[in-house]
Amino acid sequence: MTKEATQTDAQVKNKKPVSKKVDPYEGKNIKIVKDATCTFCGCVCDDMELTVDVDEHRILKAKKACVLGRAWFYEHKVDTRPGVLIDGKEATFQEGVEAAAQILIDAKFPTTYGMSDSTCESQRVTVEIMDTINGNIDTTTSVCHGPSGMAFQGVGESTATLGEVKNRADLVIYWGGNPAESHPRHFTRYAVTPKGMYIPNGKKDRTVVLVDVRRTPSTPVADIFMQVKPGKDFEVLWALRALVKGKKIANDIEKQTGVSREVLDDLVDRMKNCQFGVLFFGMGLTMTRGRHFNSGALLSLAADLNEFTHFVAKPVRGHGNVTGADNVVSWQTGYPFGVNFNRGYPRFNPGEFTTTDVLSRGEADAAMIIASDPASNFPKAAIEHMKKIPIISLDTKDTVTSSIAKVRFAVSTYGINTGGTVYRMDDVPITLRPAFESTYPGDQEVLEAIRDRVKKLLSGKKARVAA
Amino acid sequence: MAETMILVPGRSQSQGTSLNEGKLEDEYKRVTSTAELNEKDMQRLKLKDGDKIKLKSDVGQTVVTCKGKKHEDLPLGMIFIPYGPPSSELMASDTAGTGMPLSKHMEVKVTKVK
Repeated sequence: MTKEATQTDAQVKNKKPVSKKVDPYEGKNIKIVKDATCTFCGCVCDDMELTVDVDEHRILKAKKACVLGRAWFYEHKVDTRPGVLIDGKEATFQEGVEAAAQILIDAKFPTTYGMSDSTCESQRVTVEIMDTINGNIDTTTSVCHGPSGMAFQGVGESTATLGEVKNRADLVIYWGGNPAESHPRHFTRYAVTPKGMYIPNGKKDRTVVLVDVRRTPSTPVADIFMQVKPGKDFEVLWALRALVKGKKIANDIEKQTGVSREVLDDLVDRMKNCQFGVLFFGMGLTMTRGRHFNSGALLSLAADLNEFTHFVAKPVRGHGNVTGADNVVSWQTGYPFGVNFNRGYPRFNPGEFTTTDVLSRGEADAAMIIASDPASNFPKAAIEHMKKIPIISLDTKDTVTSSIAKVRFAVSTYGINTGGTVYRMDDVPITLRPAFESTYPGDQEVLEAIRDRVKKLLSGKKARVAA
Repeated sequence: MAETMILVPGRSQSQGTSLNEGKLEDEYKRVTSTAELNEKDMQRLKLKDGDKIKLKSDVGQTVVTCKGKKHEDLPLGMIFIPYGPPSSELMASDTAGTGMPLSKHMEVKVTKVK
């Protein structure tokens, strides 16, 4: 008697049909890329496993990617737009390079901006071009953590890698940021839930504090939510500094800031008695009244706390290689952003050489924009000036900026189509593992061609030096 | 009559995913032109989800769609909007010597568009 024959009719009726495992990728030319890196945000997660359709040039699955990472990998496909446009008309690569080089050497005050969604290798070439033509260099840092960059110079930085945070931090404070929506894996990969060497139980071993002017999707992650009145971060930070040092603070602190004395005392107690504390801070400090003073107050608080325990502070960075832009521009010019070569040597002055200012004041007479869209994100005065000057745009997708560009290059996407190096938000360099080739060149290739043409047009000399 | 409120532009998940589709696409434009208000402010201003409001600052103005948020999630008098061209329209260019325009906590006058 066979096994099947012993079953009753009911058993046979209820038996689930044996499902044939369907291979969703059957017939496709599939490649798996392990340990790929997501360059959408500053978390630069390098543990992705990408399933790539080699023939269709697209990523079908991005294992371990967050919701933002999935959108990044799935939406960057090879498209069919022209590689180069000059005045809106299709042109060859060489014609584009020639036009771009001419714009740059003809300008009296050429500036460049962007670079934070570009590899360090491309950033290095960009600096070389602007050094050659005595131009102006700025990156998206100036409208991101530029004020924190200024504060670092004034106050210093008690720093750590995200690996140290994961392994050691038992008190994690997020100030003026919403990682759940802007850096979803910051919580799960680095700072809140992961188990670490001295944090064996993950989140159970940490206290998480969130400071913001409103409740956000990040709030439920926190054990303590401290709601500050808009524009009062500096006052709260300064009060915390005073309390840490045992000084008196104003009796009406709650009326001023929205935060009660009891909540401040409790936080001070936790900060002084933790084993390893970290302050992560975001745009809520740098984009509001006080700007670099806010970042400076937070960095000072972290420094003060080292009298009692180990405490560090790190800015949470937005774009995939904005930290690389700071590093590359720093090691090439001595300064992180807002650098000007008009006099033949680098000068740093935020407010003078930063892009919002050189555009809004109508000073720049040409601009090369790399992987950025200031024409939709900048103040109106800056955008109006951009419409009056020749713009060179390099971007992976069409944007408002590329639509007003005199010369527009379509380029491939870093991390997906081209390799290179990027810096995670904690200044750790990471090598990219691209998934598939693009029909467009990388921005490094375009920039190197522009650099070579600029140097040839200048016949080995440097451009004019301003009087 | 216009009411003065505090505008807080910032990142949101849908802003992040839609910008990957493309900043010239409809979804990005929709996301970046939808402002969140406290539901009690909405009631007081006689607004309902989907209504258009005009936001006016010292340097510019823009029209966006409004959406109510629970009272406990957004303070009275505060508006949140994902970063994008509408919020940039309201930003002043002065950076106070830092390179950073004031991009959050902008005072705006709010009026219902009829």
